[in-house]
Amino acid sequence: MKALTLLAALLLLPLAPNAAQAQQLAHSLNGHPAPRFQLKGFNGQPVSLAAYKGKVVLLNFWASWCAPCQAEMPTFEQWQHSYGSAKLQVIGVSMDDGAAQAAAAVKKLHVTYPVAVGNAHLGNLYGGIEGLPVTFLIDRQGRVRAEYAGGNHLKAIQAEIDHLLTR
Amino acid sequence: MRSSMSRLWLAVAALVCLFSVMGHSAHAQTIPGSARLQPASLAAMIHSGHPPMVLQVGSHTLYEEAHIPAAIYAGPASTPEGLQLLRQTVATLDKNTPIIIYCGCCPWTHCPNIRPAFQELHRLGFMHVKALYLAHNFGTDWIQAGYPVTHGDTK
Repeated sequence: MKALTLLAALLLLPLAPNAAQAQQLAHSLNGHPAPRFQLKGFNGQPVSLAAYKGKVVLLNFWASWCAPCQAEMPTFEQWQHSYGSAKLQVIGVSMDDGAAQAAAAVKKLHVTYPVAVGNAHLGNLYGGIEGLPVTFLIDRQGRVRAEYAGGNHLKAIQAEIDHLLTR
Repeated sequence: MRSSMSRLWLAVAALVCLFSVMGHSAHAQTIPGSARLQPASLAAMIHSGHPPMVLQVGSHTLYEEAHIPAAIYAGPASTPEGLQLLRQTVATLDKNTPIIIYCGCCPWTHCPNIRPAFQELHRLGFMHVKALYLAHNFGTDWIQAGYPVTHGDTK
């Protein structure tokens, strides 16, 4: 029995995120002011980073064709409600080529936090978004404090949010 | 006895999870290993002065941010419009033309574009198609590895 359990554990081992993936990336933006942007949100309202100064901002780059992105978005939605908009603001930036598919995904996932379609210029401002998802945490002073590339970082992201909220 | 049963269920659940994930990964595995090209190999081909035809079959936004020099944007192959653009892009090519496709929008096992593009080119009769193997994504496996990129929309 022990052998079977051990075998199953060993077989599952490669599925866990490796250390390099799970590691919070050191990024040139870390500690620097988050690049400002203003985009038009799906609800017609502007999505401006400057509007959320004083809150911890979770800035998530995603796309409708990105399965790992859509896997974590419901958790971001949950956090938006559980932390409350006075403390945390989640912003989604879709890197879809057009708004239609992104809007459909937002509807399907019941996302209510601000979402807008980004562009290559914004991606490059944030160091090049070449692979999704990518999530940045921005502190209350508007500085980038963490970047997470790829999925499977929810625990680490939440721990950093909690940390930033104490500062 | 109860403890043994719990362990048995744990082991069974673990194996079910494993087979489930293996099934999901099978999407990417449908591109045979012999048709996958490692980034270092493509970089060497580019440096050789005889770069092959390279098609980016993913998001245009990501292409505009950065792409392999001389790579042609050929549309996200997961969409009908993307496949149509791919067909147009290769319409005048000889079927013996070596073609390398890449996407890198997401991890290889989750990429929605690379397999449809590979299959479509085979369906069209192209004999020498290879897919650039980007295990994590284009940023991690190509840009951060120091291979050449260019920026902007040159489609």
